[in-house]
Amino acid sequence: MSDWPQIRTVGLSGILVSFADKMSEPANRAALAFRAAVDAADWPEVAETSTSLISVFLQVDLAQAAPEGVIEKLRDLLAQANWLDAPLPAGRTLWHVPTVYGTDLAPQLEEAAEAAGVDPDTAIRELSTSRVRVLTIGFAPGQPYMGELSETWNIPRQQALTKSVPAGALVVAIRQLIIFTNASPTGWRHIGQTAFRTFRPEAKQPFALSPGDELVFPSVTQAELAKIRAKDISGNGGASAEALT
Amino acid sequence: MSGHLDIVQAGPGLSLQDLGRPGFRAQGLTIGGAADPVALYEGAAILGQSANLAALEMAGSGGAFRVSVDMRIALTGAEMAANIDGDPLIWNASYLLPAGATLTIGGARNGSYGYLHVGGGFDTSPQMGSRSSHLSAGLGRALQAGDSLPLGQDGTGQTGMTLTPVTRFGGGAVRVVASMQTASFSPDTRDRFTQTEFVRDARANRMGVRMDQPGEGFTTEGQLTIVSEVIVPGDIQITGDGAPFVLMYECQTTGGYPRIGTVIPCDLPRVAQAQTGAAIRFEFVEMAEAIALQTRFLAELKALPSKVTPLVRDPANIRDLLGYQLISGAVSAQANPFEEEN
Repeated sequence: MSDWPQIRTVGLSGILVSFADKMSEPANRAALAFRAAVDAADWPEVAETSTSLISVFLQVDLAQAAPEGVIEKLRDLLAQANWLDAPLPAGRTLWHVPTVYGTDLAPQLEEAAEAAGVDPDTAIRELSTSRVRVLTIGFAPGQPYMGELSETWNIPRQQALTKSVPAGALVVAIRQLIIFTNASPTGWRHIGQTAFRTFRPEAKQPFALSPGDELVFPSVTQAELAKIRAKDISGNGGASAEALT
Repeated sequence: MSGHLDIVQAGPGLSLQDLGRPGFRAQGLTIGGAADPVALYEGAAILGQSANLAALEMAGSGGAFRVSVDMRIALTGAEMAANIDGDPLIWNASYLLPAGATLTIGGARNGSYGYLHVGGGFDTSPQMGSRSSHLSAGLGRALQAGDSLPLGQDGTGQTGMTLTPVTRFGGGAVRVVASMQTASFSPDTRDRFTQTEFVRDARANRMGVRMDQPGEGFTTEGQLTIVSEVIVPGDIQITGDGAPFVLMYECQTTGGYPRIGTVIPCDLPRVAQAQTGAAIRFEFVEMAEAIALQTRFLAELKALPSKVTPLVRDPANIRDLLGYQLISGAVSAQANPFEEEN
């Protein structure tokens, strides 16, 4: 048996189950599946659960519920399956999000293509047809970290930060994509622009995406995106959604 | 009756806060809520109402406020100079704020976050189950002069009540438990961390509080390669320049900087309320001790309503005289009662 998975307390706020020490597809899948199993177990001391790239966090008030009891239950649940081989949980969605690549809307496409060692047309062809999964949501409300892209896109973050990319910006680094929730500074390169709103505080369902959802970013023209923006009130930015089974 | 509170003048960090918005961590939204939740429990105890009601949080300084109906108020948290139409108020106490009178709250004298509570709370529409503004998430916003907040329905509670605040002002010792990445710091670094007297930096907000010190920074092997991991309030994140940042309730949900430890929840208000320049020292405690300290703290919060006492009635207290005359209906709120005597 290896050192993984690891169970650790996090302050007095809860318990963390980690499946690896760095991002990998099986560890991310294990985190999604294990979180679903913890949610299904519905333990009374667990207030909420969440995943990061390779781990599951259980919010537990450790001053009210002793950590040992929860850890024991976690060990039992971990032993019930090989979580690294677990299938993805049910109830996920596949999104097609119209995206303008390059142009003045996304000025770093060429720079990112160069860093990846491909020409801009190849970059757009690859990026607009790659299907990625929401690995985790974090940093800002509803903000997805998606991957993994092919090894071509294992490009580093830039040294200096871009002062600000707008909400809906599609950025790339380390084989991952992000759609920004709010205007934000970033070290990731701005390669595409969408009209997709990841966080809709006034809506009944404020968060558009969940970990495990999958996305494709088909290429559209600036004129098409302008048309979408003009009539979109949902926040979907012209995106279509279908249930994954 | 549907009264409202008008903000006549607003300090830079004025926002509506309650105990926060739990349940959305998986979607990237931290709990947020009052920077010093203890103040919400104290205000609730003084007014004899629920701690779940929202209050106005005032970072550093207050503002000027007027209500459309007679209203009970209470002041808690960082002590600030306050008066109603010029008559000074004692902090950590409740008053009647007459319709049309002006409540003026100045700069913090001790602490960082002051709170203005109203009887019945504020009756804004909850968003995702809470009335608190989550400024870093873009949920709600800072309040400004000209804003008007609807007031909730108040019972027939008392005013002129007070409470000795829970000890948490002026910095001091802050207890910490080991966390996920504590072991990735060398024992020497951890020792130096607990032996260092830090100063609360001016760089602080509802997301985090930076700790300053004259020596070299605190580093760990492989600092920049740690996979992004869950953040909880109280985590002490060591940023690129080696300075500790204590993360507060409005922090991000995940972060890639290593955490040297986690401030236990009962000591987090002490970090929130340490004013710029206050000295802070971190002290590691074992998990069992942390649990005992937190359990005692929760019992203390629960017992707050039983600690409320009447403000000592001093006949020379001008505020009381004014209140008495108002209750008798002899003068209007705007009139100067002393003019009539001349």
